Amino acid sequence: MTKPIPPSLVASMAFVSGFCIMVVEMLGARILSPYFGGSLYVWGSIITIFMLSLATGYLYGGKLSAKNPSARSYATFFFLSAIFILPIILLANSIMEPIFVAIEDERYGSLLATIMLFFIPITLMGMISPYSVRLLVVNTEQSGQVAGSLYFVSTLGSALGTLGTSFYFVLWLEIDQILWAVFFALALAGFLILAISGIQSREDG
Amino acid sequence: MAKLNSLRLSLLWVICIFVSELHAEIIHEERSLYRDITVRQENNVRCMLFNIHRFERNQSCVNIRDQQTLHFTYSKMSLAGLMLVPNPSRMLVVGGGGGSIPMALSDLFPNARIDVVEIDEAVTRVAEDFFYFEETDNMKMHVEDGRLFVKRAGFRGEQYDYILLDAFFGDYMPEHMLTREFLTEVKGLMHENSVLVANTFSRSQFYHHESVTYQEVFGEFYNFKLPGPSNRIIIAMIRPLLGEEALKERAEFLAEEVRKYGVPIMDYPQYLSREIDWDTSRRSLTDQYSPGNLLRDN
Repeated sequence: MTKPIPPSLVASMAFVSGFCIMVVEMLGARILSPYFGGSLYVWGSIITIFMLSLATGYLYGGKLSAKNPSARSYATFFFLSAIFILPIILLANSIMEPIFVAIEDERYGSLLATIMLFFIPITLMGMISPYSVRLLVVNTEQSGQVAGSLYFVSTLGSALGTLGTSFYFVLWLEIDQILWAVFFALALAGFLILAISGIQSREDG
Repeated sequence: MAKLNSLRLSLLWVICIFVSELHAEIIHEERSLYRDITVRQENNVRCMLFNIHRFERNQSCVNIRDQQTLHFTYSKMSLAGLMLVPNPSRMLVVGGGGGSIPMALSDLFPNARIDVVEIDEAVTRVAEDFFYFEETDNMKMHVEDGRLFVKRAGFRGEQYDYILLDAFFGDYMPEHMLTREFLTEVKGLMHENSVLVANTFSRSQFYHHESVTYQEVFGEFYNFKLPGPSNRIIIAMIRPLLGEEALKERAEFLAEEVRKYGVPIMDYPQYLSREIDWDTSRRSLTDQYSPGNLLRDN
């Protein structure tokens, strides 16, 4: 590893990504509903695409972690995730309207819209989990324990993100305001990783 | 003596409830994508209930000996808009339920074209099998989300004279059909003389937010509430509203025709209030901000 990262930082980052994924997922149904309705199909599309995106992210995140894992690439996942939140805020209506017009069946319409809006950012956020494991694993005996603790914090983040969004955030804020908060949380996470790992490596060096 | 009488009365009441419970019979149960549907019959009154295990109230009822009479006060109230469009030729009902209101409208105006939109196919099946709902050449049932139907109708440039929004009862409100954007899409289906009738709630925080939202889209509207616990019906138009005297004249004209549905339309004009009795500083509901169900519980 070029730059060491403190375990507590990696754990916090796993928490943040788990939290943000579920905030976006819970908002997904609200974002789609003006064009694709409130039927069960919309939730079906969202859960399917989120699962597929995360699966893809796990696969590629794991692959990328195999060679030269670094704080810089780790931070890049957060920056890219943040950047790909922006089209959801800025372009959602212009992406959904042509799909609504072109596809009569709201099952396939909502499926396509979910892919267009969420596949890339959620895949990127999915890459964070296996990469986090790699950053913390020192030897094979500990690998299961490290993975377990990281799943624990990131899933805890997901649970809180779900609860917070559905019980409170939508009552206090507009959808786009919540998404801006996610954007800033992810970007801030990226900067924190760079800053803290930079300090650490200077101290070590 | 009065005390004793009221005691007797309440005892009688308890016995009545007890006996009628004995007579209540479940005649059909069906599971749909969205809910459990139960059809229960008590004496001659047959009702459709959703999610019975959570003590849901009746969604739709019909008296099988007198199918024409509308069972609920709010169903009767939703014909009040006829005072403003005496002879509608195109009508839209969002939220089919048991179909008693569209049936009454179709019966009243056999030549009018009526679109009924219901999201749950199982509900439409139960309406046909147990609640005497029948499609006609002029009345079509569409199994679709109301918002999508309205949006597509808008793209096609359709116009309706009478629009009834009745998708808001039950334990969960469809939040995408409470927003300023949705109401603007509905308004797009209206012309100068159309009327929109919406069956909504009259209690909780939600009342204020909903009123502010309707006011933003339509300006002044009739806030129709009867004394005692009831739903409130919003009646909105694009052109200016009529005064009470004008409404009374229209009611008189309609009274005979709507009597067979049990609608006491002569009583209505005095309750079509134009007064603002809500907190106008509340946020309006938009596609960006629509926590209707959370607001209703607060």
